[in-house]
Amino acid sequence: MRDIIKIYPNGVRANREVHFGIRSGEIHALVGENGAGKSTLMKILYGVERPSSGSIFLRGKSVHINSEHEAIALGIGMVFQNFMLVPSFTIAQNVVLGSEPMRGMLLDQRAAVKITNNLARQYGLVVDPTAIVDSVPVGMRQRVEILKALYRGADILILDEPTAVLTPQETRELFAAIRQLVNAGKTIIFISHKLREVMEISDRVSVMRDGQMVGTLHTSDATESRLAKMMVGREVFLQLDKPTKERGVAMLQVRHLEYVNEAGREVVRGVSFNTYSGEILGIAGVEGNGQTELVEVLTGLRKPVAGTVSLGDHSITGLSASAVRLSGVAHIPEDRLTNGVALNASIDENLIVDRYNKPPFSRAGFVSHGAVVKHGEKMIDQYAIRAPDGTLPVGSLSGGNMQKVVVARELSANPKLLIAAQPTRGVDIGATEFMHQQLLKQRNEGVAVLLVSADLAEVMSLSDRLAVMHNGRIVAIITDVRNVSEEEVGLFMLGVKQQTQAEIEANW
Amino acid sequence: MDSALKVIFSAVFVSTILRVSTPLILPALGGLIAELSGASNIALEGMMLTSACAGVLVSVYTHSEWLGLLAGISLAEVMALILGYFHLKLKADIILVGLALNILASGATIFVVYLLTGDKGSSTKLVSLEMPTITIPIIKDIPFLGEVLSGQNLITYLAFIATGLVWLFLYRTRLGIHIRAVGENPDAARSVGINVSAMRYLALMLSALLAALGGIHLSMGYVKFFQRDMTSGRGFIALAAVYLGAKHPVGTLIAALVFGAADALSIQLGNLNIPSQLVQMIPPVVTVVSLILYAIARKRRAAMLQRRFQKTSV
Repeated sequence: MRDIIKIYPNGVRANREVHFGIRSGEIHALVGENGAGKSTLMKILYGVERPSSGSIFLRGKSVHINSEHEAIALGIGMVFQNFMLVPSFTIAQNVVLGSEPMRGMLLDQRAAVKITNNLARQYGLVVDPTAIVDSVPVGMRQRVEILKALYRGADILILDEPTAVLTPQETRELFAAIRQLVNAGKTIIFISHKLREVMEISDRVSVMRDGQMVGTLHTSDATESRLAKMMVGREVFLQLDKPTKERGVAMLQVRHLEYVNEAGREVVRGVSFNTYSGEILGIAGVEGNGQTELVEVLTGLRKPVAGTVSLGDHSITGLSASAVRLSGVAHIPEDRLTNGVALNASIDENLIVDRYNKPPFSRAGFVSHGAVVKHGEKMIDQYAIRAPDGTLPVGSLSGGNMQKVVVARELSANPKLLIAAQPTRGVDIGATEFMHQQLLKQRNEGVAVLLVSADLAEVMSLSDRLAVMHNGRIVAIITDVRNVSEEEVGLFMLGVKQQTQAEIEANW
Repeated sequence: MDSALKVIFSAVFVSTILRVSTPLILPALGGLIAELSGASNIALEGMMLTSACAGVLVSVYTHSEWLGLLAGISLAEVMALILGYFHLKLKADIILVGLALNILASGATIFVVYLLTGDKGSSTKLVSLEMPTITIPIIKDIPFLGEVLSGQNLITYLAFIATGLVWLFLYRTRLGIHIRAVGENPDAARSVGINVSAMRYLALMLSALLAALGGIHLSMGYVKFFQRDMTSGRGFIALAAVYLGAKHPVGTLIAALVFGAADALSIQLGNLNIPSQLVQMIPPVVTVVSLILYAIARKRRAAMLQRRFQKTSV
């Protein structure tokens, strides 16, 4: 792709004279922050968008790709982040949708299953052709998307942040499948901003920033910090500067907490721990081992079945979410789109949802517009939220900036305890760095921080102590986080290893 | 009470169910196709009414019930195209356009009848032709069964045949599966080259065809005249049947038969010494109660699925 320029009708210059080349049979990573123009570039290659100028050469020949069909006809396939599948259809039906095998007037369902099975076997993408898409896990849905592209004859596969929705295990499976595809002669473009994964899987890597191509290098010549610097345009501190700090009092005390979900399953089982002022307690674990429910019980979104939760000297067991907040707990929720922000409300409004009924925002029962706007301006400035003003709906912001709105609201409430669940999921490297600094700043200022994250590297580098959850229980509390290996934590996460009750209790 | 039971278990009653269900089954199947394509056809009611009126008038003046049928279907198709044009091309809300068409149909039909007969209530001054009834040899001689199954209107048989055809179409043909894909995830359908708009136009037009057959049955089979607003909400009850039938052809057929049975019951009991207000309440009460039961059942099933999912995801 040469001299690609894309200017959107609204004046945004998403691509400025971008050169981008891939060699057949390679895994080429395309990295860049959100809004750097990598998605636009790929949409141009896949025919979804047309370039304002520039040209595309495929196997030495100049091509014009005006639609997705033309891209598919040229052997280019793309797997989007939000899957393009029909949930109630079977996997086989989804794979062949649009070009179904027929037997006379009627569909040949058996042939569809056979086609899917053959493709799956050929490329090592394990799926169950007769299963309904709705009932299979995300990892399998992704394989269905890849099979769809292969069925349509794709030689070049564009994967748009394919690991964003996957568990570590599923990521490993995906990487194995990618390698098998390359062995079979396919070419892969891998869009990501997880540098570790890029280093692991790719042969070459191209970096974009502000609509421009910063450079392409062999992965063997790259390091994570070099790539990060290229992406952001300045030094990025991947290594966190964490001063040692004496921890204070036990701010959060959780004892024998039990929670049974709507379906009657025990998801939190006898969980006990403390979180001290001035420390970050990390909770690691494979997702779905009770972390989500634990956080929601602690923040008052769910009622515990048994056990106690106290904040300082006060019990907050079973209080409502707003009462828990009032007593000094801030919550950065895991699912920010549903629980973190109101997408259609403005930035200003989102910043005051927990305090609109208190002065200075409430005057004589009415919301004071002036105070709300002033607060919004202050927060946008202080937390570097990238938005022209506070009247913008939050839904129009990028993931990282949306998260900044949540963080601004939660931290400006001056909490005693901060509970952050998956705070950097789906945000770019700059916002991740910002998030980590904020968490450390809170800890250094004496706030008790409870950090739940599925990103093991993140939780291990930030935490002063690390608790590991497996199957609803805390199976280990590690105090010497610096000197424990990821592999060892992994064994706890999988439930292979377990500390004794006494060992855990000693480290509450 | 005794006489009520005797009514319910008579062959006449069962035969009545089939007859009164016909103008529910057909529009319900039409509603189903439109619903599955992602374009709810709220205008079923208006389409039925229009075709009922057109069928009577055209059959009177051309002396051909077949031309009447054709006229009814054609007008319903025109309405489907209008609905599609406003919703799919101009992006208007389909509920609003559908409601507008229903109101238009209600006014326009009686206006035309008034112009032609001077009567604002019904077309009873004209003698409409009717769609043929069919006597099935052999079966007609079987006691009970013969009385129920034979001698029904052509369109009643069509309604049951249509259920099977609609199923075959939706689940076993390319167009059908494309219509369902478009309804569930239009982006996915588009991404594999399916024309979303075209599929919805097609679904609305099939929907209109089935609604028109239902309308024709009302005025040229069930009775032999057109009456102001004679569909009396059947187009909407048909939509309820789609949901109650879990958006599946067979389920929709069963739901339409349940509503039809309630209707038939109120007709049969109307001959007995029971207050008519009470009797007339039966169909709406059955509708409401069955929708509530359906909602409860669905919630249970959702909880069960959740449990199963959690078991397998551990």
